[in-house]
Amino acid sequence: MSFKLASSPHTRKNNKTAFVMLTVMSACIPGILTQAYFFGFGVFIQLAICMSVALFTEYACLKWRNKPIKRSLTDNSALLTGLLLAVSIPPLAPWWIGAIGTLFAIALVKQAYGGLGQNIFNPAMAAYVLLLVSFPLSMTSWLPASSLMVIDLNFYDTLSTILTGYTSQGYSLEQLRSGIDGLTMATPLDAIKTNLLAGYTYNETLSLPIFDNGIGKGWFYVSLAYLVGGLYLLKKRIIKWQIPVSFIGTLGFLTLVTQAVNADGTGSMLLHLTSGATCFAAFFILTDPVSAATTNKGRLIYGALIGFLVFIIRQFGGYPDAVAFAVLLANMTVPLIDYYTQPKVFGHGDK
Amino acid sequence: MESLLEKIKAGVLWDFPGGVHPPQRKKLSNQTEISLLPLAEHYWVPVKQHIGAVNHILVASGDKVKKGQALTAFNDKMSVPVHAPTSGTIGKIEPHVSAHPSGIPALSIQIIADGLDEWCEISPKIHFRTLPKSDVIGFIQAAGVAGLGGAAFPTHVKQTPNQPCEILLINGVECEPYITSDDRVMREHADEVIHGIEVLAYILEPKLVVIAIEDNKPEAINAMEAACAGKANFVVRVLPTKYPAGGEKQIIQVITNMEVPKGKISADIGVVSQNVGTVYAIYKAIYLGEPLIDRVVTVTGENIETAGNYRLPIGTPIAHVLNHVKHDNQHNERVIMGGPMMGFTVLNKQVPVTKITNCLLIPTQQELPDAPPEQACIRCGECADACPASLLPQQLYWHSKAKEHDKAQAYNLFDCIECGACAFVCPSDIPLVQYYRQTKAEIREANEEKIKAEKAKERFETRNARLERDKQERLDKHKRSAELRKQSLNTDQSAQDKIAAAMARAKAKKAQKNSTNDITKTDQNAEPNTLENTTLENSAVEKNAVESNISQSNSPIKNKAQEAIARAKAKREAKLNNNASTEEQNTTAPPSHKVESDLDHSPNEPVEADPIKSKAQAAIARAKAKREAKLKNADATATNSQKASASDSASQKEAEPKPENQRAATLTHDSTIDSNNDEIASTVSPIKLKAQAAIARAKAKKAAKLAEESKPAAHSSAESDKTTLEPKTAADQTDEQVDEHLQTSTTNEPTEISEAMYQTELEIDPIKSKAQAAIARAKAKRQQKMAEQASVTQPENAKAEANIQFDAEAKSRAKAAIERAKARRDQANQLAHGGETGSSSITNTTTASSLDSESGNSEDENANQVKAAKVKAALAKAKAKRQKS
Ligand code: SF4
Ligand code: SF4
Repeated sequence: MSFKLASSPHTRKNNKTAFVMLTVMSACIPGILTQAYFFGFGVFIQLAICMSVALFTEYACLKWRNKPIKRSLTDNSALLTGLLLAVSIPPLAPWWIGAIGTLFAIALVKQAYGGLGQNIFNPAMAAYVLLLVSFPLSMTSWLPASSLMVIDLNFYDTLSTILTGYTSQGYSLEQLRSGIDGLTMATPLDAIKTNLLAGYTYNETLSLPIFDNGIGKGWFYVSLAYLVGGLYLLKKRIIKWQIPVSFIGTLGFLTLVTQAVNADGTGSMLLHLTSGATCFAAFFILTDPVSAATTNKGRLIYGALIGFLVFIIRQFGGYPDAVAFAVLLANMTVPLIDYYTQPKVFGHGDK
Repeated sequence: MESLLEKIKAGVLWDFPGGVHPPQRKKLSNQTEISLLPLAEHYWVPVKQHIGAVNHILVASGDKVKKGQALTAFNDKMSVPVHAPTSGTIGKIEPHVSAHPSGIPALSIQIIADGLDEWCEISPKIHFRTLPKSDVIGFIQAAGVAGLGGAAFPTHVKQTPNQPCEILLINGVECEPYITSDDRVMREHADEVIHGIEVLAYILEPKLVVIAIEDNKPEAINAMEAACAGKANFVVRVLPTKYPAGGEKQIIQVITNMEVPKGKISADIGVVSQNVGTVYAIYKAIYLGEPLIDRVVTVTGENIETAGNYRLPIGTPIAHVLNHVKHDNQHNERVIMGGPMMGFTVLNKQVPVTKITNCLLIPTQQELPDAPPEQACIRCGECADACPASLLPQQLYWHSKAKEHDKAQAYNLFDCIECGACAFVCPSDIPLVQYYRQTKAEIREANEEKIKAEKAKERFETRNARLERDKQERLDKHKRSAELRKQSLNTDQSAQDKIAAAMARAKAKKAQKNSTNDITKTDQNAEPNTLENTTLENSAVEKNAVESNISQSNSPIKNKAQEAIARAKAKREAKLNNNASTEEQNTTAPPSHKVESDLDHSPNEPVEADPIKSKAQAAIARAKAKREAKLKNADATATNSQKASASDSASQKEAEPKPENQRAATLTHDSTIDSNNDEIASTVSPIKLKAQAAIARAKAKKAAKLAEESKPAAHSSAESDKTTLEPKTAADQTDEQVDEHLQTSTTNEPTEISEAMYQTELEIDPIKSKAQAAIARAKAKRQQKMAEQASVTQPENAKAEANIQFDAEAKSRAKAAIERAKARRDQANQLAHGGETGSSSITNTTTASSLDSESGNSEDENANQVKAAKVKAALAKAKAKRQKS
């Protein structure tokens, strides 16, 4: 009688890829809930659109490429991409924004490169950039926090806006975006950028109703919620500390320095760190293992590089937020970073 | 170093990068004491259980052995013997399924236990301190102690480091999950382990002895601490549990913060490490005098109800273990030898326990599920974080999968210790270690291949150089002889010679028609020819000379070369003789009167051809065979009777000096023969001695040829006799003759066949030998045919005899007429076909033989050889056909 043969090790840690992805998604929950609390149900609808398109696209691609469907489809990576994109686009953006973005992310950014693990760019961020460049208006149509909104939106209104562009009462997205002071609302970073360009000082800008005690209303809490999720992932050892720390550290340091030098010309460090996509990106985008650096030293460099790029673009570029661009740029440098940051191998002496 | 020792003593610990925390599951097996199992019926002891050389087996099947008796010798430094695990009889000594992932059969000795378990004589060396260290090391080696931790590195080798030993590290870490054998040994035999350490300490004189134990073995720690209480330079170090802390390199890093440099061993940095089990074995070897014949094995897994540690004799089949532990028989579909991280699944139940078997793990499916299918690498970097060697397993995997061996090596694949930590953490279930193993094997193989290829290339180049040299030499000689020839042509009346040759050829054709008459005369003139016999004797003597000459040349290569030369020469001469003799016969028209004497000595032929097993003779035999083949060509050109006289003239010519032959050839043949000639001449020329030898050889061959030639001659004379004498009713005479011929031919036939076979056997080149076989066959056929002819003649003659008294004269006449007609038709046929094909085949053979001699020199010109062989084969076939018709 022969025994069954197998290769060592015969025991394995119980964190499967699918589980890792699932954990990351669950870590997004606090952030999503907070987002929904401040900006309405739109985020849920966007999630539904993006995640289902993601699944469908993944399925179609796998089928077309003759790859094992079940195994790849159940690794949850497509769902995660859909999720990350959904929370990045404005809640009331038309449905096709999310659909096009996800299709692009899965089919072109991921599968065209050979599927999971082979893509150079972070799919969600690549799609985001594509959408931002192609549909700048829709992609920047963020709503004010619900408390600042004139018109209350119920779920049905939200759905109808996303699908048709109008609420059931016939309000357009533009009308919805008008704040209580009658001004079109934007994200805090947006507002700062616009106002600074218009000649206001930073402190003057902060007196706008969108800012609450010097921090962006709503955005601050959303960022906090993502931070919580990120810490959870760190604790679970799903992500490594190097990237978030070096990213936040670099961005924080740079904004702190500029703030000290030119207090009127730039947002505070706190604002930079708690506005826009900073926290979300630090824990959920930058740490995407596939497109990030893999060595420990490399991760530090990678995070710092993105922090630096974000700062540069925010400070000097035309776009209010810059995480997506910075990530894509950094993605391109990953092979180089990996190559030059190989750890010293055991017994090879000091290098 | 001093400060390091201080630090170690002070309890400083370091860490190694990476590492994982698989579930320990040690409680399964470390709760009970080490116990024994009943004796097995038989044991299979693998002969080689260590890294190093294979040993010489001391016992034979059927021998009685006592427990502890050495089964193998240990001659060199790197080997250790194996011993009988119990008393009994030696059964089979044959390859047996091995304790290896592949289960590849390894030479093993079966011991059929007699149940007495009687020890052989053992001699404890308790007072080892009074003995020289080298003796103690010798005892350890003789006891067969090899590293019980994993690699089975012969222990005594570690005790003779080049560097003074600073730290003796006793590895009680046992980091693999499940395994508890060292744990139990330390708990139950702490004092013995300390004694073992003392033996090592006596040999190595370390400054510090560190006993390293993971913190998940508190009892063992306590026991060891108690045992070394009061010993100044013995410290017990408790390591945090982390896999693979027990790896030699890792433990050294944790204890000393030193890395064993790549390509070095730990002794090079002043650390010698030994496993607890090994130390215990050393204790037994020195204090009790017991060789290593058993070891403590953890038998565990959720499938085993009575999981625990057992003292198992080396060689115990797993089946025996399974028979004696309570387990779920239904689910033991997997047996892992070793732990779950680095252990391997064994092939079947017959696999024996060896010196490195520390654990038999029989898990349930839920406990250690089969590896799920591999998924895409998500570059999570988990593997890199887990790797204790700080490798980038992900890149290694990438390049391994892509078969980019050089890149995998650039990422230091060979620094991988195959600990399995990376595969353990990989979320995509990629069997990383398996990839590495495979790639490593492939790279090793490729390297070996490369070495082989390089060697082959070297060989090829030297051979090419040699060939080039040979060719150059040949060309030089060619040139020289060409000049010689020119000179001789200038001095000689070469033109006249040529004309004469042409005329001779013309005459030869005419002479063919008259030959029958010649033969008649020949018979009538028949008289014993003493000259012929003497030449024959001479030739025999000469042949001996050749033999001795060849055998004297001691180098085999030379021998071969000479053989080749001999072959070539033989061929050429055969041809030469045929032509020359034909010519000469025609030009000088010698009286052909020696047929009878030829006949007389032809029965001698078998005697001559008696197989004496020397290469020289083989060569001669081959040469003869070939020449004979050529002779058949001659047969075709000349009628039988002509040949008879031709051979005569040749025999006459024999006394003549060789150069004339050469000249004749030069004159009558084209350049191929010339080159042959030159070649042989040149090979012969350099040294006088050699030249003489060659001449002697040539003569010998000619003589041999003559002897053989006489056979066909005899046949032909028989035929002609028959045709000419029968009408005169000289029946008796004819009968006698025919009988004789018959004898000759029949006796010759088997001899020749056997000769041909002999020669075929000896032939190195199979293609060539085939061709020769074909020739031999053709020959055989022809002779058979002749014999038939002869025998046909005989009964007919007999009939004629019977009828002669009566009115049969007319009948016999009629028959004779028929015979005559037949004979004539035969002759005519032969003339018609053979004359043409024969002559053309002569040219063919010429080329063939020249090619052959070429190839004899350059053994690898296969194409040529094949061609030559084919030509020969074709010739042989053609001949055979012709003769049939
Ligand atoms: S198996 Fe090799 S590559 Fe994997 S962790 Fe161990 S040493 Fe590193
Ligand atoms: S652990 Fe597995 S999936 Fe992660 S990088 Fe290593 S090989 Fe790839």
